[in-house]
Amino acid sequence: MASVELTNIKKVYPGNVEAVRDVSLTVPNGSFTVLLGPSGCGKSTLLRMIAGLETITSGTCKIGERVVNEIEPAERDIAMVFQNYALYPHMSVYDNMAYGLKNRGTPKSEIEKRVREAAALLAIEDYLTRKPRALSGGQRQRVAMGRAIVREPQVFLFDEPLSNLDAKLRVTMRLEIKRLHNRLNATSIFVTHDQVEAMTLADQVVVMNAGKIEQIGAPGEVYKHPASRFVASFIGAPAMNLMPGRIAEAGSVETPGGKLPFDAKRFSASGEVEVGIRPEDIRTADGANGVPFKAELVEELGATRLLHGNFGTTPIIVAIPASGTQYESKEVRLTVDPAAVHLFDRTTGRSLAR
Amino acid sequence: MVEHRGWSRYIPYLVLSLGVAIVAFPVYLCFVGSTHPQDVIANGNMPITPGPLFFETYYKTLFVGSSGSTREPVSTMLLNSFIMASMIAIGKIAISIISAYSVVYFKFPFRMAAFWLIFVTLMLPVEVRIYPTYKIASDLHLLDSYAGLTIPLIASATATLFFRQFFLTIPDELVEASKLDGAGPLRFFWDTVLPLSRTNIAALFVILFIYGWNQYLWPILITTRDDMQTIVIGIKKMIVTADALTEWNVVLATAMLAMLPPVMVVILMQRWFVKGLVETEK
Ligand SMILES: Nc1ncnc2c1ncn2[C@@H]1O[C@H](COP(=O)(O)OP(=O)(O)O)[C@@H](O)[C@H]1O
Ligand SMILES: [Mg+2]
Repeated sequence: MASVELTNIKKVYPGNVEAVRDVSLTVPNGSFTVLLGPSGCGKSTLLRMIAGLETITSGTCKIGERVVNEIEPAERDIAMVFQNYALYPHMSVYDNMAYGLKNRGTPKSEIEKRVREAAALLAIEDYLTRKPRALSGGQRQRVAMGRAIVREPQVFLFDEPLSNLDAKLRVTMRLEIKRLHNRLNATSIFVTHDQVEAMTLADQVVVMNAGKIEQIGAPGEVYKHPASRFVASFIGAPAMNLMPGRIAEAGSVETPGGKLPFDAKRFSASGEVEVGIRPEDIRTADGANGVPFKAELVEELGATRLLHGNFGTTPIIVAIPASGTQYESKEVRLTVDPAAVHLFDRTTGRSLAR
Repeated sequence: MVEHRGWSRYIPYLVLSLGVAIVAFPVYLCFVGSTHPQDVIANGNMPITPGPLFFETYYKTLFVGSSGSTREPVSTMLLNSFIMASMIAIGKIAISIISAYSVVYFKFPFRMAAFWLIFVTLMLPVEVRIYPTYKIASDLHLLDSYAGLTIPLIASATATLFFRQFFLTIPDELVEASKLDGAGPLRFFWDTVLPLSRTNIAALFVILFIYGWNQYLWPILITTRDDMQTIVIGIKKMIVTADALTEWNVVLATAMLAMLPPVMVVILMQRWFVKGLVETEK
């Protein structure tokens, strides 16, 4: 096992497409790091540079103690799981898993042992003689992971391995990957655009946007303390409510819907700002305190319900626990915990936290 | 599928049977002719049922040859044709699969230029470049040799194009997975590209074998010795201008025999590529 260290990595594709701009990142030994971002933000490119499938335009990539910029993919001691599995269609499951070891001249008995072990771990022992075509999507995904496991690499790389599976299977496989990681404790880098996958799997989430890292942190950290407006709106569902605001007095911000208190110890802000409040941080209040709000539309989600309405002039969503109360077209009052109010710079989008 | 009811569902069978009959009747007549004595055919009244001389005629054709201008037994011609057609088919497949592989999977300067040069040769079949090709072949002392018969026909733009299109459908991830699995370009070719191309190779082999088998113009130029003669040329040479001197029964037997190897290849390869179709999937 090894750590991965990226320093000032850049990737420019022919035609001057800047896919990755100046990324520095440390993936600690044994950690499960998730690269999260919208489609086209350069996460696959970054992963493929670590794998050696793309050249690195500038910067250094270290795996363990070794700079691997100029080292062939096969020599980097990594294994990769692809989105569409990339199994060899003409080889049996056993041969698919054994192929990499065979090419490295591993003794037959050792190959057999490792393939059987991995197959047992992934519950695919019964399919070893089958061709990939005769397997379901989930089984193929397991074989693809088995192929990575038998290699016993320093680092596992996953490029959206679950996005070809149906919703139910995705949840199962997600748990399985988590279990596998807990068991093997291998350094893993996992690319996804799905925040739920990222939040559930990661020790460390790396949120990317337009080729840059927006924030690196534990899942709870990026959720609770988003470093930018982008992270704030990308993580959490439904997305964080954003509205313009202006700091009138210390610890209080003027919004289109009314005055909201905020934690002046956390944020140093003045003048025009962007205010962010998560739908689930908003409460309905009794009596006359709080900001008036009328729900125009209510979505029932079972455990919670989403109230859509206008906060002054800004449309917002409020998520509250389901209850018998009728909210549609009724004026209620909303309060927000000062600790749950986020402030961002209006122009740069960065968090104004000190 | 269109479903028919009542008598109308026999119409497809009727049409098909008619088609088969139209194609098969001349072949049948050819067979019938090859089993009658020479003079029966020569007097113009072709019988409709097989005659008594099946074994004699075919023995003579295969191992003795006609008594006309060519005295080579047809077995030699069959062998020559078979060697020529196989070498052309295998040679074309080998060369074009390798050139397609290099054009698709390697980045080198003038890669597309190389591809277009290959492509342009589509417009230069042997018939067009026959004089320079003959000159080169004779300068290299390739006359009356299998090399001379086959090499000038081997370079193939069609097959290269065909393999290129197929390689472009192999997912990039497979190349990448191979790279990570420690397979270099040669390993990837042997372990992945070749097995995946089985079906295509079988289909191409059938087409190219028949193409080689039917060659006429080039073999007639490049061979002078009777023992290098191919069967297509043999048939032509057996037909003497004076009709009465032509041993029509032998000619017809030769024609029958000339049909067999291509038919065998089609039947054998068909089993192969149906198997390939079922088993491979990208
Ligand atoms: N081979 C390539 N040539 C040129 N541009 C590319 C290539 N691969 C990816 N890109 C571009 O680089 C950007 C990042 O792509 P990618 O890393 O695949 O994004 P993601 O995996 O986050 O969806 C995209 O704008 C994409 O169009
Ligand atoms: Mg991607």
